[in-house]
Amino acid sequence: MTQTSTAPVASGSSAPPPRGRERAGRLARWVPWACFAGAAVLVGLLWPVLDLNIALVVLYTVVLGTLAVYALARAVEGPRRATDRLVTCLVVSAFGVAMVPLFSLVWEVVSRGIERLDVEFFSYSLVGIIGEGGGAYHAILGTLVITALTTLISVPIGLMTAIFLVEYATGRLKRAITFLVDVMTGIPSIVAGLFAYALFALFLGPGIRLGIIGAVALSVLMIPVVVRSAEEVLKLVPNELREASYALGVPKWRTIVKVVIPTAIAGLGTGVTLAIARVVGETAPLLITLGITNATNLDPFEGRMATLPVFAYYQLTQPGVPPEFATDRAWTAALVLIMLVMGLNVVARLISRFFAPKTGR
Amino acid sequence: MSSTRTTPPSPPGTGRSVRRPGDRVFAGTAKGAGILILVILAGVTAFLLVEAFPALIAPAEEIPGDGGLVSYIAPLVFGTLLAAVIALLVATPLAVAIALFIGYYAPRRLAQVLGYLVDLLAAIPSIVYGFWGIFWLAPKLVPLYEWLERNLGFIPLFAGPASTTGRTMLTVGLVLAVMILPIISAISREVFLQVPSLHREAALALGATRWEMIRMAVFPYGRSGVVGGAMLGLGRALGETMAVAIVLSVSGGITFNLISSGNPSTIAANIALEFPESSGLDINTLIASGLALFVITFAVNMLARAIVNRRADFSGAN
Repeated sequence: MTQTSTAPVASGSSAPPPRGRERAGRLARWVPWACFAGAAVLVGLLWPVLDLNIALVVLYTVVLGTLAVYALARAVEGPRRATDRLVTCLVVSAFGVAMVPLFSLVWEVVSRGIERLDVEFFSYSLVGIIGEGGGAYHAILGTLVITALTTLISVPIGLMTAIFLVEYATGRLKRAITFLVDVMTGIPSIVAGLFAYALFALFLGPGIRLGIIGAVALSVLMIPVVVRSAEEVLKLVPNELREASYALGVPKWRTIVKVVIPTAIAGLGTGVTLAIARVVGETAPLLITLGITNATNLDPFEGRMATLPVFAYYQLTQPGVPPEFATDRAWTAALVLIMLVMGLNVVARLISRFFAPKTGR
Repeated sequence: MSSTRTTPPSPPGTGRSVRRPGDRVFAGTAKGAGILILVILAGVTAFLLVEAFPALIAPAEEIPGDGGLVSYIAPLVFGTLLAAVIALLVATPLAVAIALFIGYYAPRRLAQVLGYLVDLLAAIPSIVYGFWGIFWLAPKLVPLYEWLERNLGFIPLFAGPASTTGRTMLTVGLVLAVMILPIISAISREVFLQVPSLHREAALALGATRWEMIRMAVFPYGRSGVVGGAMLGLGRALGETMAVAIVLSVSGGITFNLISSGNPSTIAANIALEFPESSGLDINTLIASGLALFVITFAVNMLARAIVNRRADFSGAN
C-alpha cells in the first residue's frame, strides 16, 4: 500500500526527542506489505484444508491483510491514521475489483475467439453452411457499409451543429441545443432503433428491414457524440486566429473553413473516430432495423443486411445443431468486434498525436 | 467570395458588419443543423407516439398477456428499475473509490495509464458484455447464490431457489454495474480534479490524514458531480439492452427474488427479444413500452444534466 502522507519534518528548532517519538508513532513502510504477505502465506497454508477456489483465496488474503494493517496501525499510530490506512486499502482493492472484469473479459474473448480467427472467417459468408466452417464475410462488410453510411449522415450534421454552437449561436437557442444534445447522448440505443423503424414503417409499411434504417438509428446515437467532441475542440481554437483573419477582411464563413477547422482538424478527427468506435459495436438498434441474413447484401436500400454484432448475437442464441460451431463463430465475431473498437481507439489517439497543430516555432 | 469589395469598412459604432451571401448560406446551414437536433428529438417522440397509438387504444385482450397495456408494461418497468438500481448500488461506491485511487492514491506516472484502463471498460460493446456475463460471470456466481440461499434465505431478496445457471437478476445487475462503472468514475474524476488545490493543501496543512482531507475538502466539493455522474450511469443502465437480453433468464412477473431463475424482463431486453418475431399489434405494444423507456430515461438524464450543469456554474464562479 502507498504510505500515508509523511509528516513534515520539523524545522531546525525541533529537538530530537519529539522527532524520535514521531518515528516511534508511525509504522515503517514495509509493515503494510508484510501484513499482506503474511495474510497470503496464512491463506495459502489453509488452502488445502478449507478447499478454497482462487477467488476466495484472494478475497481472504485482502480481508485478512487489511484487518492486520488496521489493527497494527490502530495500536501503534492511533485511530485517525488507522482509518486512513483502512481507506487506502479499500480504495486500492476497489480498483483491483474493477480490473477483474476487464482482464477476465479480454482473456475469455481472446481465448475462445482465437480458434476461428482464420482466413475462412473473413472470406466466407454463411450461405449453405450447416455446422462447421463458414464465416462472417457478409457481416463484416455489412458493418462497414452501415458504419460508413452512419458517418456520412452524422458527421456533417454534427460538425455543423458544433460550428453553430461555437461560432454563431447565442442565448436561449444555444442553451436549448446544448442541453438537448446532452440529453440525446443518453437516449437508449434500442429507442433509437424503434424511432428509425417507426419513421420508415410509417412510409414504407410495417415489417420493413433496410440497411438505411439502421444507419438512421445509429446516426441518432452518433450525432450527439460528434457534436460534443467537435464543440470541445472548436472552443480550444484561440480567438486571436479568428480575429487576425477578420482583420484581413476574410468573411466569417471562410475564416471558419480555412482557419478554425484546419486548426482543430486533429481533435475533430479524434472525436469522429471515437464516435465511430462507439456506434460500431451497437447491436440493439440493428437487431430490430436490419434483421439478419446469411447472404452478402451490400445495398442498404434493398432488403435485410447482416452486421457483425447482430451476427454474433444470432450465432450465440440460435446456434442450430450441433451448437459448438456457431458458438465458435460468435466468439470470433466478438473478438473481431473488440479488435475493431480497440483499433479505432488507438487510431484516434494516433490522430491526435500526429496531426495536432504545431505549436511554438 | 465578395471579399474584394471596395466599400470602406463600416465606421465604428454602427455595429453591423457586411453580410455576404457566403456567410448567410453558411450560417443558415449551421443553424439548420442545430435546429435539426431539436427536430430529431421531437421526431423521436412523435413517431414513437404515432406507432404506439394503436396499442394505446387497443382493447385489453388483444395486448400480449391479455391483461391490457398497463399490466404488460408494469413488470417490465419493474425489472428495468430493479436491474438499474442494483447496478447503481454496486457501481457508485466502486466508481468513487476508483476515481479517488486515480486522482489521489495512484503514483502520478501510473495514474493516466490506469485511468485509460478504466475507460477501456466503456469501449467494450455491450453484446460482448453479454457473452462474458453468460459464459464467465454467471457460472462463477452459482456457488455464491447457493451460499446466499442457505445462509441468508430468510431475506426475501435471497429466498431462492438458487438458479443453477446463474442467469439471475443479480448477475444482470452486476454486469450492468461493470458497464456503468467507467462513466460514473470518469465524471467523479473530473469533479475531483476541479477541487481547488488550496482547499486540499489547507486540510493537509492542518494535519489531516489523506482520508480526512478527502472527506473535508474533496467530497463536499465533488458531491453533486458524483450524484450527477451516478444518474447518468442510471440512465445508461436503464436503457442497456443486449447484455440483459443475453444474460437474464426471463419468466415474467414481479418478484424481488434476486437469485432465482424466474425474473421479470426489462423493457429494452424485452423489445430486443420479441421484436424480430413480432408483427401487427405486438409491434405497436413493444413500441409503446419503448416510449415508456424513453420517457423514463429522458427524465433521469435531464435531471442528471441539470445537476451536473449546476455544478459547472458553481465551479465557474470560483
